[in-house]
Amino acid sequence: MPGFKLTLGYTLLYLSLIVLIPLAAAFVKTSMLSWAQFSHDVFSPQAMASYRLSFGASLFAALVNAVFGLIVAWVLVRYDFFGKRIVDALVDLPFALPTAVAGITLATLYAENGWIGQLFSSSSNWHVLFHLPIIKISFTRLGIFVALTFIGLPFVVRTVQPVLEDFDSEIEEAAASLGANRWQAFWRIIFPTLLPALLTGFALAFARALGEYGSVVFISSNIPMKTQITPLLIMTKLEEFDYAGATALAVVMLVVSFVLLLSVNLLQCWASRYNTSNLS
Amino acid sequence: MTTEATISPARPRVVHRRSTHESPLVRRLLIGVALAFIALFLVIPLVSVFAQAFARGLGFYFQAVTDPLALSAIRLTLIAAGISVPLNCIFGVAAAWTIAKFDFRGKNILLTLIDLPFSISPVISGLIYVLIFGAQGWFGPWLIGHNIRIIFAGPGIVLATMFVTFPFVARELIPLMQAQGRTEEEAARVLGASGWQTFRRVTLPNIKWGLLYGVILCNARAMGEFGAVSVVSGHIRGQTSTIPLHVEILYNDYNFTGAFAVASLLAFLALITLALKTWVEYRNNELRGTAFTPVPVVKTK
Repeated sequence: MPGFKLTLGYTLLYLSLIVLIPLAAAFVKTSMLSWAQFSHDVFSPQAMASYRLSFGASLFAALVNAVFGLIVAWVLVRYDFFGKRIVDALVDLPFALPTAVAGITLATLYAENGWIGQLFSSSSNWHVLFHLPIIKISFTRLGIFVALTFIGLPFVVRTVQPVLEDFDSEIEEAAASLGANRWQAFWRIIFPTLLPALLTGFALAFARALGEYGSVVFISSNIPMKTQITPLLIMTKLEEFDYAGATALAVVMLVVSFVLLLSVNLLQCWASRYNTSNLS
Repeated sequence: MTTEATISPARPRVVHRRSTHESPLVRRLLIGVALAFIALFLVIPLVSVFAQAFARGLGFYFQAVTDPLALSAIRLTLIAAGISVPLNCIFGVAAAWTIAKFDFRGKNILLTLIDLPFSISPVISGLIYVLIFGAQGWFGPWLIGHNIRIIFAGPGIVLATMFVTFPFVARELIPLMQAQGRTEEEAARVLGASGWQTFRRVTLPNIKWGLLYGVILCNARAMGEFGAVSVVSGHIRGQTSTIPLHVEILYNDYNFTGAFAVASLLAFLALITLALKTWVEYRNNELRGTAFTPVPVVKTK
């Protein structure tokens, strides 16, 4: 077959120019910092608060997506209902809708006078009636969680769906004929098969949420130590022309994303091994 | 006798249905939960974009969308997508060809490296180009000496867009071409086709739907990228703002209806992308004769 040298050479050249050399620049820039400077930027109270917020909000958002994503995938594969095809197509909306649009939309929806936000604000009638607590969503940590849930929504659905489609219903029938009830069949037979895909989807949604910027910047009030996520802290440092500080934080985030990428790859290896052993 | 005959075959079926399908109540509950989640997180936001965009009527909408600053943002977005999508497309085909048709060491590492831009925060994707081409970057002094602007100008925006959309086409094509194998191309070669003929006449028709799919996704991201472009743009109105950046500017100026009007263009693009994506998937399944038919479907109604 012809074209090996040409295509491999072009692939490596383009990859190096666009991705590898620019990424290396971040590590080179950071390696020129002294340890004192690096740790001053990376372990500052503001940075630590941003890690806690970014990790916490991303974790909660990914957990919510794991639970509801599994239900959505299940319903789309197993049941028939009106509008199923539209729902199936719509699941990818967070991939297709630019993050800035998602950001201003969610910020408006969950603001105190927004369509959803007013249900939790003092202006709602049933809050007055039942003395319900008033919950602010936009411009708080809760808003960040909402935005991260939105952008991570397709991952679990799209990783679980194909595994569920391929699931051999004979195994369920065998379980049923051996006396398992529906819940036992799901919990002991179906769920373990879905687990690698579910974890992969969870890890992908988590990784995506950690790095998210566009949607969060609008719905968060971006107050340092309170509602400032790590990507935003990097952005703030860039606007102050503190390139060294921004790059040091970027390197921390890059290392975290590489670890996550590695664990997703390992999960996928596990999943494929699981599936082949299932077949044989 | 007759009752015997009707009951006995029916009985096992009832047991079977009960134990491999959920009860109607559970089924409705699950569908209800799924639809409520989709409505809350996808349908309501989508509807609200358009509701806000047209809140002050059609006249205001068209004024916001045809404003000179909006038009210049649309122009820059089209240029950035027009450069980055074809380049990433060529890269995707080359990478898929080399990975699917040949065996070499380090293939898995190459695959991971191609996926890398997906797992990197958009802010960092912009930052790395500032480190190279910015005023304090590696080539900064040289670029300033030659009066070339990359960061805070169009070329920086194109580069950042290329980075964030880098894997899209390659990622669609690699598994597709790996699954198709090499036999058809080998047959064409044996029959005397040149390398280019083999690609154009044999490979391209086989991968065209996958290629189209990758291009659609790549284009949607290229036109909608915000974080990476925001870092390298410098926010010069009318010069270095793309559509998403223009939305941000309007929103921060408290011109909410204007922001949503321009944002609705991107929401339209997202809807077109989803429609095309669904259509391509449908065509792809139909062509390969593997149209997805789930086995255990239960009708509810």
